[in-house]
Amino acid sequence: MTDETSNQGIPLPEGDAQLIDTDYEIGQDNIETQIGPFGVDIHNPVFLISGLCVVAFVFFTLALPDQADAAFAWLFSFATKTFDWFFLGTANIFVLFCLLLIVTPVGRVRLGGADATPDYSYIGWFSMLFAAGMGIGLMFFGVLEPVYHMAVSQPLGVASPFAADGSLIPENVEAAKKMGLAATIFHWGLHPWAIYAVVALALALFSYNKGLPLTIRSAFYPILGERVWGWWGHVIDVLAVFATLFGLATSLGFGAQQANAGLNYVFGVPVGATAQVLLITGITSIALVSVLRGLDGGVKVLSEINMGIAALLLLFVLFAGPTLLILTDFAEGLGAYLKEIVPLSNPFGREDTGFVQGWTSFYWAWWISWSPFVGMFIARVSRGRTVREFIICVLIIPSLVCVLWMAVFGGVAIDQVLSDPATSAVKANVIDSYNPPLSLFAMLEGLPFSAITSVIGIVLVIVFFVTSSDSGSLVIDTITAGGKVDAPVPQRVFWCVFEGAVAIVLLLSAGGLSSLQSMVISTGLPFALVLLVMCWAIWRGLRDEQS
Amino acid sequence: MFSKIMMPVDLAHLASLRRALDVAADLGAHYGATVVYAGVTAQTPGALGHNPKDFAARLDAFVAQESRTHGIAAEALALISHDPRIDLDRTLIKAVEDIGADLVVMASHIPNLTDYIWPSNGGTLAAHAKTSVMVVRG
Repeated sequence: MTDETSNQGIPLPEGDAQLIDTDYEIGQDNIETQIGPFGVDIHNPVFLISGLCVVAFVFFTLALPDQADAAFAWLFSFATKTFDWFFLGTANIFVLFCLLLIVTPVGRVRLGGADATPDYSYIGWFSMLFAAGMGIGLMFFGVLEPVYHMAVSQPLGVASPFAADGSLIPENVEAAKKMGLAATIFHWGLHPWAIYAVVALALALFSYNKGLPLTIRSAFYPILGERVWGWWGHVIDVLAVFATLFGLATSLGFGAQQANAGLNYVFGVPVGATAQVLLITGITSIALVSVLRGLDGGVKVLSEINMGIAALLLLFVLFAGPTLLILTDFAEGLGAYLKEIVPLSNPFGREDTGFVQGWTSFYWAWWISWSPFVGMFIARVSRGRTVREFIICVLIIPSLVCVLWMAVFGGVAIDQVLSDPATSAVKANVIDSYNPPLSLFAMLEGLPFSAITSVIGIVLVIVFFVTSSDSGSLVIDTITAGGKVDAPVPQRVFWCVFEGAVAIVLLLSAGGLSSLQSMVISTGLPFALVLLVMCWAIWRGLRDEQS
Repeated sequence: MFSKIMMPVDLAHLASLRRALDVAADLGAHYGATVVYAGVTAQTPGALGHNPKDFAARLDAFVAQESRTHGIAAEALALISHDPRIDLDRTLIKAVEDIGADLVVMASHIPNLTDYIWPSNGGTLAAHAKTSVMVVRG
């Protein structure tokens, strides 16, 4: 296994794979021309419709902010509250499906043909899929969620350790603490990674083994047949571009606000549009450099640096905090997760609707709406793995890393809250008032060298955004180039800059960010159905490979 | 003077390479050198094939035709890159060393404003390859 497969001649035959026999040639619908000094190679309807739709939605949000906000808020509430059972049920199916793939003989199928070898080493591969998948969320929710679930949201009706007057109820502490960690791990563990794994596996299988272009529509070939190259496919790809671009742009906008809040907390940098626009410009500029350096020289390098810094911060918090207690929390949290995973994922007859609809359903819709982007990126870098290896590495290992992260950051924060509730900055920013961006910095404040670690925290937040932005730009560029990965470089630059520009416009409009993010998360509902279809397509595709 | 000439080819744009292809073949015939036609592809399916094997077969067919037409000794070299658009120069420079080419003949466009931001592949190869490079413009 090596990272240096580039620059080599064609290796030995890739072994047997069941190519789909189609008349479609990749790029046949593309327009290849010159605009001024720049060459372009774009998929005919997908590029234009995606770009125009994004502009139209931004315009609608800016021109009619109240109507847009009301419409998207209703859509969001309808999707996550009316269909909470559906989100919980489908996510369970994805986990079971992935586990099934590990244990059945189809797990032996290799992505890229029977004799294909992996493109990336385990470290490079894992860093990239992790950084694109959920790195940024860990920075914000690692402290917030365990504390919030322990004290406020009360999953499965487990009582809070704090009475209404703020006094501690010692007999509730143990159960609430375990449930806080278990519920957090539940949201960041097997279920989200199963969602990503399904999309990634479908795309990798139909691209590397079936010879179809690396775009979302290819996974629908078993159902739509040749129609997938027509308007059915165009709509699927446009939706994927749409969800990816708005998902990234709104996250970038919120990320800039959160980084600004962190800079204000640590250095007193004023909170305002100027600082946030500068942050978005900075993040987009670094992402641009990364995009221009390519998959190996930019995205992979940045992801590895990112994971290295995150690991250092994790180790610091582990050893600067109550180490023994954290390790106990890790074991107990994992145990509680395994014990509670069935009741927590039960879609029917739940009494803790505030937790289910406000958190779990929201998260599942969020992961699903992000899955085209993350799934496609994971597919791009996963050639050469067997299905079993792929699922284990995409499902189990990231889940364990999330458990460790949540146990360390959440464990330290919970310890700070419970050992000294009166002065705890975490309690002040999570339980007494709700300031998600400050929760990490509030926890670091209770540890030594907080000035240094807070700066590292801000750097990590920014770099995690860069790694999402650059990989997202690559994904959008590939989809809008009809599955070509070698489209002219100015197109990547366009999407990267466009994403930053959309984020800035939304940031400067009142409520634009939150209303469009609601809309993006609502797309999780139709995509959940799409993912169910993908499971069937994967199963059928893998059985063909085996035969 | 030359025994191995490398000619990078983009099979999707052969028409624009014709002049350079003829120069490479003429030089090959003149010096009795083997012309190695190098093409770069990604692992993902593309316009030139479902996978690298398909691409290699297409390159082989093209090289066989060039060899027949010009009566020269010719070889195909299919190279794989994770991100061909970005890694093209690096991939080709390494290939020049790996195969021991003593001359590279490469087509390139007439320089324009964008070359200040994104230098041409031919220009980059001429600047960084440790062997003679003949850039055929237009």
